[in-house]
Amino acid sequence: MNVSPLRDLLVGCFVLAGLLSLAYLSVTLGGLSYRGPGGLQIHATFDEVGGLKPRAPVVIGGVKVGQIKSIQLDGDLRPRAVLDVDPAVGIPVDSSASILTSGVLGDQYIGIELGAEEDVLKGGDEIQYTQSAVILERLIGKVVQNLGADSE
Amino acid sequence: MSGNPVERLGRGTTDLVVDLGGLARFAGRVVVAGSGRPWRLRRLLDEVFGIGVLSISIIGLSGLVVGLVLGLQGYNTLVRFGAENSLGAVVGLTLIRELGPVLTALLVAGRAGSAIAAEIGSMVVTEQLDGLRMMSVDPEDFVVAPKAMAMVISMPLLSALFITLGLFGGMVVAVGIVGGDAGIYLTSLESSVEFREDVLGSLVKALVFGVLVALIATWRGYTAEPNAAGVSAATTSTVVASSVSVLIFDFFITALWRV
Repeated sequence: MNVSPLRDLLVGCFVLAGLLSLAYLSVTLGGLSYRGPGGLQIHATFDEVGGLKPRAPVVIGGVKVGQIKSIQLDGDLRPRAVLDVDPAVGIPVDSSASILTSGVLGDQYIGIELGAEEDVLKGGDEIQYTQSAVILERLIGKVVQNLGADSE
Repeated sequence: MSGNPVERLGRGTTDLVVDLGGLARFAGRVVVAGSGRPWRLRRLLDEVFGIGVLSISIIGLSGLVVGLVLGLQGYNTLVRFGAENSLGAVVGLTLIRELGPVLTALLVAGRAGSAIAAEIGSMVVTEQLDGLRMMSVDPEDFVVAPKAMAMVISMPLLSALFITLGLFGGMVVAVGIVGGDAGIYLTSLESSVEFREDVLGSLVKALVFGVLVALIATWRGYTAEPNAAGVSAATTSTVVASSVSVLIFDFFITALWRV
């Protein structure tokens, strides 16, 4: 077969385009960007995580700074989430984590309210103050119960 | 075919086992021949051109159109539940987990697999493989291995291109036709696709399908009857056997590993 530089160039372009598509699928869509040993891992224990799932974003003031690595029950059977956050963001030790919902039917995420301390959380630390997910059914149940109590 | 039905069943089963055994030994020889020196990069590059680069147009066009259709169909269904904001997730997961690898494999089997079988088959007919053996060039190393390797390399790349263009097609529908928002489409897409479960599974599927199509196409060509009808039979059975085995393997991969 005759050797042509144009053919080699086209093969090169094909492989590049394929690899770029794979990279797009993996990094942008697959969320590989926050994986890796550089991530700072902190823990947070809640009473109720609701629909919170691994890879849900961790945000400070609406800006994503990390994601949930895993959620497991701890020794006291309370759900404990491992947060994988950017180590460049210094989170004060007295910060609090709440499970919030984007929109009415949207996905759940963890929002961090910053504290005032000078010291920042290190790897393996626990966030002391947490606020659990709001479960719509329980909320409605409470409202119905209260309405019933009022009318009596 | 003579003899009673039980005898014929027995002979059919034996033939199938012999065929599969021959395929496995052939696969082993090709892997051994292809992994040793000389590397034959020139041959590999030419085959990647024939199998991969020349398939880009059909794969790209099909991916785009499949994405457009998925976008429209998904929108029509989702809008009944008021969930049209999840269009990106529907299009993305369908394409990445299922349609991307499977449709790419079917298209490549039809376009490039048949060509591989016909080319090797006609080399058998014109005794070119015997000619190579006479010059003590191993045809499995010189002819088969580069083609099989090029197929295994090209399949995941083509599948990724198919998926990316399909996602773009879905976005064209979401933004241009039904008047949605590109940001909502991309957010729903990005938040629902997982790397390990979805993207890696898609990659594994494409690799498995690449190996399947490569083996079946080269084996059918290599064992073609040395006449014109033999080449045509090899080409036909390549497309039929690789399409069916891709679909069957897809079911088992999905069932066993939930990808």
